[in-house]
Amino acid sequence: MKKLLLGNEALAQGAIDAGISGVYGYPGTPSTEIVEYIQRSKTAIEQGIHSKWSANEKTAMEAALGMSYAGKRVMTVMKHVGLNVAADVFMNMSVSGINGGFVVVVADDPSMHSSQNEQDSRYYGKFAMVPMLEPSNQQETYEITKYAFDLSEKLRLPVLLRMVTRLSHSRAGILTGGSNKQNSLHLPENPTQFQLIPMHARSRYKHLVELQSDLLEISEKSGFNELIKGSDTSIGIIASGIAFNYLMENFEDTECPYPILKISQYPLPKKAIKHLFDTCDKILVLEDGYPFIEEMISDFLGENRKVIGRLSGDVPRVGELNPDNIAKALGFDVVINESLPKVVSGRPPELCVGCSHKDLFDVINELKKESQSQQVFGDIGCSALGVLSPFKTVNTLIEMGASITMAKGAADAGIHPAIAIIGDSTFTHSGMTGLLDCIIEKTPITVIISDNSAIAMTGAQDSSASGRLVDICRGLGVEEEHLKLLNPLNKNFQENIDFVRQEINYQGVSVIISERPCVQLPKAKKDKLNEMKKASIN
Amino acid sequence: MKTNIILAGVGGQGILTIAAVLDTAALASDLNLKQSEVHGMSQRGGAVQSHVRISDTEIHSDLIPQGKADIIISVEPMEALRYLPFLKKDGYLVTDSNPFENIPDYPNLEEIYKEIKLLPNNILIDAKKIAKDLGNSKATNIVLLGAASSLLPLDEESLVQAIKTLFQRKGDRVVNKNIEAFNKGKEIAMGILS
Repeated sequence: MKKLLLGNEALAQGAIDAGISGVYGYPGTPSTEIVEYIQRSKTAIEQGIHSKWSANEKTAMEAALGMSYAGKRVMTVMKHVGLNVAADVFMNMSVSGINGGFVVVVADDPSMHSSQNEQDSRYYGKFAMVPMLEPSNQQETYEITKYAFDLSEKLRLPVLLRMVTRLSHSRAGILTGGSNKQNSLHLPENPTQFQLIPMHARSRYKHLVELQSDLLEISEKSGFNELIKGSDTSIGIIASGIAFNYLMENFEDTECPYPILKISQYPLPKKAIKHLFDTCDKILVLEDGYPFIEEMISDFLGENRKVIGRLSGDVPRVGELNPDNIAKALGFDVVINESLPKVVSGRPPELCVGCSHKDLFDVINELKKESQSQQVFGDIGCSALGVLSPFKTVNTLIEMGASITMAKGAADAGIHPAIAIIGDSTFTHSGMTGLLDCIIEKTPITVIISDNSAIAMTGAQDSSASGRLVDICRGLGVEEEHLKLLNPLNKNFQENIDFVRQEINYQGVSVIISERPCVQLPKAKKDKLNEMKKASIN
Repeated sequence: MKTNIILAGVGGQGILTIAAVLDTAALASDLNLKQSEVHGMSQRGGAVQSHVRISDTEIHSDLIPQGKADIIISVEPMEALRYLPFLKKDGYLVTDSNPFENIPDYPNLEEIYKEIKLLPNNILIDAKKIAKDLGNSKATNIVLLGAASSLLPLDEESLVQAIKTLFQRKGDRVVNKNIEAFNKGKEIAMGILS
């Protein structure tokens, strides 16, 4: 019987069946359901597979590397921008190599459904010189995940598995079967492998470079890359990952007359691409994300117009692919109609009824009336919605943790009041170190940690900050008299204004913890939080 | 045969429950299925949609191409119109008539109804009232599923069985209320369609 699974869930089941001993990650759309599936899986629980959330993507990937060092199979999971946070360990562990099979899963978000950019993780894979996999559908996701662990152990390298939103968040019936036992503990055979002092690192890097021909050979032979014959050689099509589905959608009733190279494994299979170059007049590249393949196989000066795709303008340069923009690239007679009846208004996302961020924004907006120079530096998560109407409280939103550090730089430049608003989980993810910078310099900023006791935007996962914020701030050196708690309720509106104004006027670091749990938290979690609170008071 | 369905609504209105019933019934009927959904930021009170594709042949794309949707099932009237570029010329639009007004510029409701009624095949019903009268206003989405059921490639038995499977955790009363909602939706739509 087929199981009904999201692409993300098929991947998670594949990892469990591949015999992982742990998964490490930080929530982020569109990757979140992978770790959540393992957290809920009966098999994973019975087998004691580690699946607790980490504080951020870097700590997650490093912990995963430790598990691989111990000889166990392990997976680390994040959204595309999370790999920026983990890039330090990612770039260096391709040099060290791994011990137990190690798969890095990154879910990209073309069209930025829930992200601030649409960066393409394949550049990271190439940068680190590791094998990459890019499944095209849910069934292949399950199979390619199992294969990824074997490949990782064969090459003793981490393997990057790239997902995209539409595959992560689409369900299909999946056939699963066959599972491996977990590896037993075994330390690396080569004692210097994980000691990247320059003299060892040089030999490891040389080894990585030498391995590249093996990577290519494996990719050339991989069953996940497929050259499909076609008699009309006016165009040869290269379609990677999910783009292959959109391409085939356009030939559901007829056979595609053009030769197709389906790519789901990198490095790019050279022989198959050469075959297309030799036999076809033009090469159309279809890939979701950046023009990664197109750029690699195009000529730099653009004099030879043989390769077409996003760079040539035949496929839109930005945004995700779909069956329609590919139909257009194929020259089919389609009209892409995005016009709606005039009566339809936009409906952007908004904060929930009763959300604690709302009451905080009301207070900050009231203070803006008193001081027009006030700037509010925002951060990732639900509080980012403070950028939108009706609040328009937040002036900047860049990446995890930037609220505190940007407020610092702005304060250094002379802006006052400089207010940072950051969620509790974002604070423990990337805010603490920036706060330390401010404390050392006694920078005049007001940091408001809007603590809703959850990683709310991604579905109210447990926050590493819960019950620990006061202790963390105290430990970092926030002055006791400028470490304040605020209760964001409408009935406290006037009182809260006076309270925040007082801290803004302080010429040093103030931290205000504005605390009220997320309204979306299930009752069981709220009860657990209350118990934690009681325990910390005692 | 392939049937393409777009489910529309506002985050939190329960379109994924409709999707889950369709998915479960399709899988039990040994049909192929792909169903995309929206997670993350848009879920917070924003416009959300799900593409459901059911077929006895292979399904490639997770997304329905423009102009290829057979049915739009919407739990909100303005959201029903948002996906019109996807609807076939002779496709069906099945929607609840009750607006979800969480934006300052929500349009005139009569204008929305007028647009809906311009479509050759539309089923505009007060599903919320029907559900409420049956004593379970949460079952609005299942009333709409019932209203669309005769247009689906799934037999009634498999849909009812899927409702039983999905709601059984919540007890017999909830199961029965949802089956009643399904039947009532079907009955009312039949009256409109015939």
